[in-house]
Amino acid sequence: MATASIQVSETPLVLYVLRRADDALILGHRLSEWCGHAPMLEEDMALANMALDLLGQARELYSYAANVEGKANDEDKFAYLRDVRQYRNLLLLEQPNGDFARTIVRQFLYSAFADLYWRAMMNSADAMLAAIAAKSEKESAYHLRHSSEWMVRLGDGTEESHGRAQGAIDDLWSFTGEMFGIDASERALIDAGIAVDPASLRPQWIKTVSGIVSEATLALPKSDWMQQGGRSGRHSEHLGHLLSELQSMQRTFPGVTW
Amino acid sequence: MFKEDQLRQRAWDIAAGVVDPEIPVLTIADLGVLRDVALNEGCIEVAITPTYSGCPAMNMITLEIELALERAGFRGSKVRTVLSPAWTTDWMSEEGRRKLREYGIAPPRAASSRRALFGIERVACPQCGSEDTEVLSEFGSTACKALWRCKSCREPFDYFKCH
Repeated sequence: MATASIQVSETPLVLYVLRRADDALILGHRLSEWCGHAPMLEEDMALANMALDLLGQARELYSYAANVEGKANDEDKFAYLRDVRQYRNLLLLEQPNGDFARTIVRQFLYSAFADLYWRAMMNSADAMLAAIAAKSEKESAYHLRHSSEWMVRLGDGTEESHGRAQGAIDDLWSFTGEMFGIDASERALIDAGIAVDPASLRPQWIKTVSGIVSEATLALPKSDWMQQGGRSGRHSEHLGHLLSELQSMQRTFPGVTW
Repeated sequence: MFKEDQLRQRAWDIAAGVVDPEIPVLTIADLGVLRDVALNEGCIEVAITPTYSGCPAMNMITLEIELALERAGFRGSKVRTVLSPAWTTDWMSEEGRRKLREYGIAPPRAASSRRALFGIERVACPQCGSEDTEVLSEFGSTACKALWRCKSCREPFDYFKCH
């Protein structure tokens, strides 16, 4: 017997916080899929560690969203009892792990963004968001360093690793534009000094990404056509499958605890 | 007033004795995780801060504090988590750093700044003291540690990451 999905009152601030929380949860879940399967023990631990950081960030953000919403929702309900169209994460983060190179490229493209984003959010007029950002930016700095080193090692490694890393960049590039997109509700929060204006981070992001990519002897695609949809709940086919695993216990045994 | 201060101090001492379940040589006071102990309408309220957002030891630490206070006769104590200011390894006491080293974990360097993260790190081997060491993995057995190796004595060791 399945449990019905919750209703969420998506005021601009609730929506804004849920978007960040969903990013952290979905990428964290993807990384946790590597647990026990990574190419070497050190990387198994590294990916699981990063998954844990992201899960921690997601918990703080969901709890805050619940607090702002002021209804009966909580961190668990947001994670386990929303349907795929209610998720607001970036399409990039729900993309399947693929091989190790693809996971690293996804991590690198996002960490280079998240590192800048959290640092900017430390100046938010919203004290709770500023506090969450101050914790998260320390973690994202390590994630960026880890994935940057792997980018260089894979790109400047063998013909095989170079080809796989380049293929992953080519495939994932069209999902990066969404990181810098905003809608009217987010615009209002930016004007109020609460949200970060992602457009202001783009020059530095491009600089970081292209610097590492060229050091890795890789190349950025020429195409600037970008895929959109995750922020408004229009996802790729992969998210539903991910959620069916993530939510299976709560959907099958509603309210189960242990 | 005097009695309140005494009670608060006693509660602090009890909470300060709780150890990190993953690094049991360190107390939460050594780590800088214990932030505040207050007396509110007769009940103790303890504030702790997580080392890392996802640190799974926080639930355990919360429970241990509540139990320790309960055993000492404090009824209805509460533990709350504060995020700001964000925890930094700079809060780790000298005593804590010494205990870590003796335990075989290289302590974080003092006065770490975030940008030092991207500079060259020099970490002394906790076994032989040599600085001829290299990083094996950025991430170790727990969220707060990295895995290093000493090139002098050839021993691998954990390094408590600067944060």
